[in-house]
Amino acid sequence: MKNPMFSHEMTRRGLLKSGMAMTAAGLILPAGMAMAQTEPKKGGVFRAGIGHGSSTDGYDPGLWDNLYAQTFAAARHNQLIEVSADGALVPEIAESWESADGITWTFKIRQGVSFHSGKPVTADDAVASLNHHRGDASTSAAKPFFDAVTDIKVDGQSVVVTLSAANADFPYLMSDYHLPVMPGADGKIDPTSTDGCGGYVVDSYEPGVQATLNRNPNYWKSDRAHFDQIVLLSILDPAARLNALMTGEVDVIDQVDPATIGLLEARGVAKILSVSGNAHYVFTMDARAAPYNDNNVRLALKYAFDRQELVDKILAGHGSVANDNPIGPASRYYFAEMEAKTYDPDKAKFHLKQAGMDKLEVTLSAANAAFSGAVDAAVLMSEKAAAAGITITVDRVPDDGYFDNVWMKKPFCASYWGGRAVEDQMFTIAYQTGAAWNESFWSNAKFDTLLIAARSELDEAKRREMYQEMQQIVSFEGSTIIPMYNNYVMALANTVATPDKVANNWNLDGFRAVERWWFA
Amino acid sequence: MNDIWRMIGQRLLFGLLTLFVISVVIFGATELLPGDLARELLGQSATEETLAALRDQLGLNDPAPLRYWNWLTAALQGDFGVSMATKRPIADLVGARLGNTLFLALYAAALSVPISLTLGVLAALWRNSIFDRASNALALTAISIPEFFVAYILVLFLAQSGLFPSMVRITGSTTFGDQLYMSFLPALTLTLVVTAHMMRMTRAAIINLLANPYIEMARLKGMSPLRVVLRHAVPNALAPIINVVALNLAYLITGVVVVEVVFVYPGLGQLMVDAVTNRDIAVVQAIALIFASAYVLLNLIADVLSTISNPRLMHRS
Repeated sequence: MKNPMFSHEMTRRGLLKSGMAMTAAGLILPAGMAMAQTEPKKGGVFRAGIGHGSSTDGYDPGLWDNLYAQTFAAARHNQLIEVSADGALVPEIAESWESADGITWTFKIRQGVSFHSGKPVTADDAVASLNHHRGDASTSAAKPFFDAVTDIKVDGQSVVVTLSAANADFPYLMSDYHLPVMPGADGKIDPTSTDGCGGYVVDSYEPGVQATLNRNPNYWKSDRAHFDQIVLLSILDPAARLNALMTGEVDVIDQVDPATIGLLEARGVAKILSVSGNAHYVFTMDARAAPYNDNNVRLALKYAFDRQELVDKILAGHGSVANDNPIGPASRYYFAEMEAKTYDPDKAKFHLKQAGMDKLEVTLSAANAAFSGAVDAAVLMSEKAAAAGITITVDRVPDDGYFDNVWMKKPFCASYWGGRAVEDQMFTIAYQTGAAWNESFWSNAKFDTLLIAARSELDEAKRREMYQEMQQIVSFEGSTIIPMYNNYVMALANTVATPDKVANNWNLDGFRAVERWWFA
Repeated sequence: MNDIWRMIGQRLLFGLLTLFVISVVIFGATELLPGDLARELLGQSATEETLAALRDQLGLNDPAPLRYWNWLTAALQGDFGVSMATKRPIADLVGARLGNTLFLALYAAALSVPISLTLGVLAALWRNSIFDRASNALALTAISIPEFFVAYILVLFLAQSGLFPSMVRITGSTTFGDQLYMSFLPALTLTLVVTAHMMRMTRAAIINLLANPYIEMARLKGMSPLRVVLRHAVPNALAPIINVVALNLAYLITGVVVVEVVFVYPGLGQLMVDAVTNRDIAVVQAIALIFASAYVLLNLIADVLSTISNPRLMHRS
């Protein structure tokens, strides 16, 4: 009998629906994908068309802020710790790590690994790489991760990190893309150097255009980096990206426009890879400002629109409904059983009444810079909210300077988050009272207490309970509307083969497509 | 001939003044844009602390006039500085892109100028014929469709069938022939966009002259219509034709960012857009000056050529 998952007769919607059951497994396999599974083979020139990239991109790890820079970095660098395709931490340059109390962490550096320049990788290099993100003079976007770090020092073959308070998830931070191991000199790394210990050596790079890298012949992982050469092209226009794939100019593209997925599948020249992760789109409300300072108003807005409609129309089904929960289905402690919020105008009216109002008039600022389709999503919300007596005026603002002039300035606006590896990281950077990126200016004493307690709680069951309670609080008392988790949607030429499981922590197999994929 | 040299000298001086004014305007305009380089580089993940550190490092805390003065004095000494975002010398950054942009502009000009002049002359010669109407209709249709749409149509018919590549990848090892082949679709798109203007101008200028008594005289002498047009009308129509060609050449250098995006062509336009979005003022200034120089120089060349083509202008004084 045919396996219904891979039957060609299935409609896309049907496939997606059955795929929903698989989202916990992280991967929706399209028709034909299963046939591509073979043993990895070496060779070939792998060309990827990536929808980001700018002529201002550089080599400084503290400033990588787009998917092109991140993929390019993953090709030439290794981290201390890697996130495997199933979300677990696996040793990379740190061959093991341990901590007795969650405060002092020891990372043992793998011996026998060398940089492209031939210089062996030592604990000193690792310390210099981490210190690049610490201190007053650091310009790194990863600086807040190190707020709790009081000391980093070398101990023989190991790096010892001391924290000001216990954090059971600290090793997860070491897998962050900002923190590659780079060669150090006098305790500093050179942020303009291409040198790394990753699977590919930079041959040429023109920022915002393309990078060409050759396989690192001395790469320490023998079962990775299968391509002889990789070419990373920055193709910003979604239609140009699609054309490049269809005409065989590239082998893989990312950020496929949902509207074109059906057409691409019909052509049969490529396969769609749609991976559900923790990335999500949000509408934030300023919890300090009226009327959003009343939780009843926030709840009214949360019940006043149709989440499934947004998933269907904005993501063309390539995503899933989110319940105002920033912790996604790819997380360890995802609270799947939480009471779902459906479109319920009566409930919205009820909460308005609780807040002492008959009707509500708000302005929602949106630009597609926040996420692709943000303006359309805002309009859809506004249409549905009318039935609940809520008038949402959509204020379309310019893309340029959006995160400067609108985000965290207007009381109600659109934004987005990429997936974060751990619950603690997501909550700490965006939901803890006073956090720099707490975009809703939300503050909840109970949540804050739980967050700190959970960080140092080493009992698994108790941690799960605590994190689920925090999700409950954010969902029902928080000041952030999270309508949907967006999938990472990529398209692959039929010649490209991937492992059975593709990582869902980031775009392009956790940026590692270049070293995990191969030509069948 | 001395008049010509004096004119060139004068115009070059005015050109320099124009460039100076443009650099002030561009600097002022970039200052007016919300946000700054530090903010754009760090993006959504910026915190006040990292912003302050980065601003300090980039020298963004100096007052605007001081920053402009520093840039100007360096630029006058031929040092356009380094990109504030990437620390790469601007000469490197802009150099390769400028080469690509000029290549595409000349390629498109090499296709479009002969086509539009020939069509223009023939349309004037066979005024109101089917040929005249058809070529006018086609050219006007092409110019009326937005250029990105023209580009997509060409991709649909010429790239998806595998005849031409849909994107341009120029590397160090690309040969001239390869580059011509790869850049054909963007060049063709630009050709379709600019042909109508030049063709219609040529046709109008010639038709205008055909009503003159000296043309009638030539006809009465029994000259063939083609000879009348080529020998007697075209030389007198050169001035407006040269001007419209120069204007379109300048457009081909400065206005092709949309075509660059569709064909992933690594030209100056995309670099300028990136630099503006990132508020990388040094790069914006360098490119703005290149674009302005293109206009100044092409206009100068056009004026010189039209003066030379018209002896009456040469002996004015």
